[in-house]
Amino acid sequence: MELKTKIQAEEGKQDMLITREFDLPVELLFKAHADPELFGQWMSHEYGTTKVLKLENKKHGSWQFETVDAKGNVLYGAGGVFHEFIQNQKITRTFESENTPFDVQLEFLEFEKLTDETSKLSMHIVYRTGALRDQLLKMPFAQGLNMAHNRLQDIVSKIK
Amino acid sequence: MNLRRDVFQAIADPTRRAILLLVASQAMSAGAIAANFDTARPTVSKHLSILTECELLKQEQNGREIFYHLNAKKMKAIADFIEPFRKMWDDRFNKLESIMKKYKSK
Repeated sequence: MELKTKIQAEEGKQDMLITREFDLPVELLFKAHADPELFGQWMSHEYGTTKVLKLENKKHGSWQFETVDAKGNVLYGAGGVFHEFIQNQKITRTFESENTPFDVQLEFLEFEKLTDETSKLSMHIVYRTGALRDQLLKMPFAQGLNMAHNRLQDIVSKIK
Repeated sequence: MNLRRDVFQAIADPTRRAILLLVASQAMSAGAIAANFDTARPTVSKHLSILTECELLKQEQNGREIFYHLNAKKMKAIADFIEPFRKMWDDRFNKLESIMKKYKSK
């Protein structure tokens, strides 16, 4: 399947732009970011369930979520505050991963109506430094490499 | 002897892949890298020189020690290291789309 999500991260810069067009009216795209139940659903994955602990959808409101595994262990947590919350248009927020050495990042989410049934999300993320951006960009790559390595070990141990 | 190595040869070895994984998140000294493996230190050094030779790793002098870090430019050439990051967001957004489609039809 074609990857619809595009990432622009110019070398030497400390920001990135994530864009994606959705086969959804802009109101539903926005609702997926504003409704705690729905947000938790799409942020969950096969390794963990995401629960929204706080989502105060207003200027100076704060937000917080955590992802727990099947045994209830917290795998990941993040939180921040809203600086703008404009229905069906724009969310400006800070984003901070809990229990990591990574500095807080600033995120601008813009919601755009394309047609009655389609919409576009642009996420502009600004990091403290270019090095931090590159490090965070590499993390899923490192995890992928790790998984490939584990798979290889599984295969090798079966051959033995 | 032709010492020219290509990146694919370099990443064919599991120890070398594990080294790349180690330095993906932070620069490390040869000693710190070697501490993660049971293999003899000279063997690890050999792997490091192969990875450096084909520019997957970059060396940086830090006081008396040499630190190794991932050469993102070269990694991009072989596997586009941004791709897994993009895939992560694409998976998330695909999920968002299918959840909201179901929500709409309710």
